[in-house]
Amino acid sequence: MKIKNIIVKVSTIFSIALLMSCDTDEAQTVATLTNIVWQDEFNTDGAPDSGNWNLLTGDGTAQGIPGWGNNELQSYTDRTDNVTVQDGVLIITAKEESYEGKNYTSARITTKGKLDQQYGRFEARIKLPAGKGIFPAFWLLGDDANGSLVWPQIGEIDIMEYLGDEPTSVFGTIHGPGYSGANSITKQYDILNDRFDNGFHIFGVEWTPNRINWYVDGDLYQSITPADVDEETGGAEWVFNRPFHIILNVAVGGNLPGAPDANTVFPQRMLVDYVRVYN
Amino acid sequence: MKTKKYIYSKITFFLGLILLIGTSCEREISDQAVPATFNSSGEIFGDAPAGLTDDFFISFDPAGGANTEGFGTDEAIFYEGTSSIKIAVPAPNDPNGGFIGGIFRDRGDGRDLSGYDALTFYAKGSTTGTIGQVGFGTDFLEGQYPVTRSNIQLTTDWKKYIIPIPDASKLTQEKGMFLFAAGGLDIIDNTPNGNEIGWTFWLDEIRFEKLGTIGQARPMIYNGQDIAEDVFTGSQIFLNDLKESFQLGTGEVVTINPSYNYFTFSSSDSNIINTDNLQFDQSGNPYLEVLDAGSATISATLNNVAAEGSFRANSLGDFATAPDPTKSQEDVISIFSDAYTGVTSLNFAAYNDSNVIISTPIANGNQYISYENLNFVGLGWDGTVNASQMTHLHVDVQITSSNAKNFIVEFVDFGANNENDGFAGTDDTAGGYLVPSNQLIEGQWISIDIPLTSFTRPTGGGGRGRPNVNNIGLVGFVSTSIDSFLIDNVYFYR
Repeated sequence: MKIKNIIVKVSTIFSIALLMSCDTDEAQTVATLTNIVWQDEFNTDGAPDSGNWNLLTGDGTAQGIPGWGNNELQSYTDRTDNVTVQDGVLIITAKEESYEGKNYTSARITTKGKLDQQYGRFEARIKLPAGKGIFPAFWLLGDDANGSLVWPQIGEIDIMEYLGDEPTSVFGTIHGPGYSGANSITKQYDILNDRFDNGFHIFGVEWTPNRINWYVDGDLYQSITPADVDEETGGAEWVFNRPFHIILNVAVGGNLPGAPDANTVFPQRMLVDYVRVYN
Repeated sequence: MKTKKYIYSKITFFLGLILLIGTSCEREISDQAVPATFNSSGEIFGDAPAGLTDDFFISFDPAGGANTEGFGTDEAIFYEGTSSIKIAVPAPNDPNGGFIGGIFRDRGDGRDLSGYDALTFYAKGSTTGTIGQVGFGTDFLEGQYPVTRSNIQLTTDWKKYIIPIPDASKLTQEKGMFLFAAGGLDIIDNTPNGNEIGWTFWLDEIRFEKLGTIGQARPMIYNGQDIAEDVFTGSQIFLNDLKESFQLGTGEVVTINPSYNYFTFSSSDSNIINTDNLQFDQSGNPYLEVLDAGSATISATLNNVAAEGSFRANSLGDFATAPDPTKSQEDVISIFSDAYTGVTSLNFAAYNDSNVIISTPIANGNQYISYENLNFVGLGWDGTVNASQMTHLHVDVQITSSNAKNFIVEFVDFGANNENDGFAGTDDTAGGYLVPSNQLIEGQWISIDIPLTSFTRPTGGGGRGRPNVNNIGLVGFVSTSIDSFLIDNVYFYR
């Protein structure tokens, strides 16, 4: 309720601001960056464009983080069953099946080495799946300097995370040294009179040297500055000043969402209409 | 809430004024131009009934045990505004009726609910009792689209409850605004056996709403199971266990019971089963009749979503019913037969092994029992029967498998105390009769007539044979060879 009030207040203030002035102060503006520098409109059927995307596979063991650091239950694959482009959308499908020792399969695609971008507006139009244990995300991960830096030092900007048993909420989060995992800096956005699996919604951040703004369908709902991090953590480092890459995935189970239950229907699909980056 | 209402009425008044002014200079619109739409208000009860019939609460039939006394309003306890509906749920032995329930009906020609996606209400209980049924669409007239949600357990504080609408496009002239039914609270067991106690619950802010937060519709027929059964020409395939689950905005998954009218049924072979030709039994339950030999699968959609579950009917063609009994009613104590009035509340599996598949098909208007893969099963009923004036037990049986054809008929007498207290007690007796295997012919009805003095075998349950016959409470069937049987016309006679 508190969060909702804040959101309402924020958006009210914002719309009043829009109506009353042409102020370009970024504190009051959702998106100022309009020069498109990278995009995937998912207009070619088949596997995701290999010029844009890497298809990660496995359960994270190869990366040194079994369960992808979150005790997740899926094995990622690069099969069409789990990731494909069809009819103008990217489809990531979480399935219930025995596969390489796991009971679920899904997909996780990243732009690492293909788009590593410092600052900008990162936006995607997504129709989300639903059901207990379904955990999709659209997020950014900082460059690891060839393995010399490790999470959370590398930084993480979660543009959109969502739990399938809370179909009317998404949340935006940053993780850094001293503010990661359960201590990350996060905020929830509740959609009114709608839910995120009934249609497409636009999720984005605008990331500038001294501020990150989160928005859903044009509603600014969170704005974090280095001063905010400093204040909330008692002096932790702002690490969002290096190149980051994009990740899209649908996890199944894990610490945050919990395991699927009897009401979770498989397969579940996340549809992505586009991913665009502006500066 | 109050303020909101005033604002609305002001707006309406204002709009009405504009309309009045606007239309006053126009030619009168002809009657034919009036669009055929109905009142689209979703309001049912805020502080008073909204657009409901003068009687407000229309009870279920008191002759069926419905209590008409327990319904009222409460000006002291409410969620919002100035009053709520108070329901005093009676104990089962209340002389004014042992349960409470009924409907609210639109006072006009019905409402257009096509713009809504749920019926919502607030409720609280004097204790954490369960309302057996809440729904809409039942109007005690010709309502085609009833929906109920079963067993809503309340909290002792106000909470909002949601009943999703399966397909609102069908509700363009709906009179059944609300339905509830509740019985006493049972804190001992889950069986309605008279030990329930009365309780109270309150309802407030009942309305149809467009929430926008309901999703993940999962329609189901046959509880979402894929059923396959051997049937015959003339068999009635009932459209059972029609459900739909939804995920609410809170993540909670709720299941409702939509009328068959929300579903579109289809058959894989209309020569075997034709879904255009829905029929109804005396209680109004819909069924499809098997038309010929062959196989057909019944499936369904609801609002263009494929329903989980199906019925695969493997029709073996014409079915020969068991021979019609010839004894007159006064010489018979019937347990199961279409020919006689018999025991009440017959239970086709008062006890049974875990693998037996039990169905009670109807072919050519005649119901029989099918026990597939039988090891043991028992017929039970209300009370006991006194067969002391009878001489035989009659059973028509058709074996439909070809194992060792072992078939034993048993019965259990509960003794003078009329209670099933097992063979560790003092007065229960039971015995069995082995039907000679050469009497059983696969695919043919055989009439077995067993003298009551021939039940000499010990039973698997612990009976020692030669049971008493004054308080018979169970008739059992056993097959050590796990054969399959059709059973009909089970009765004691003289």
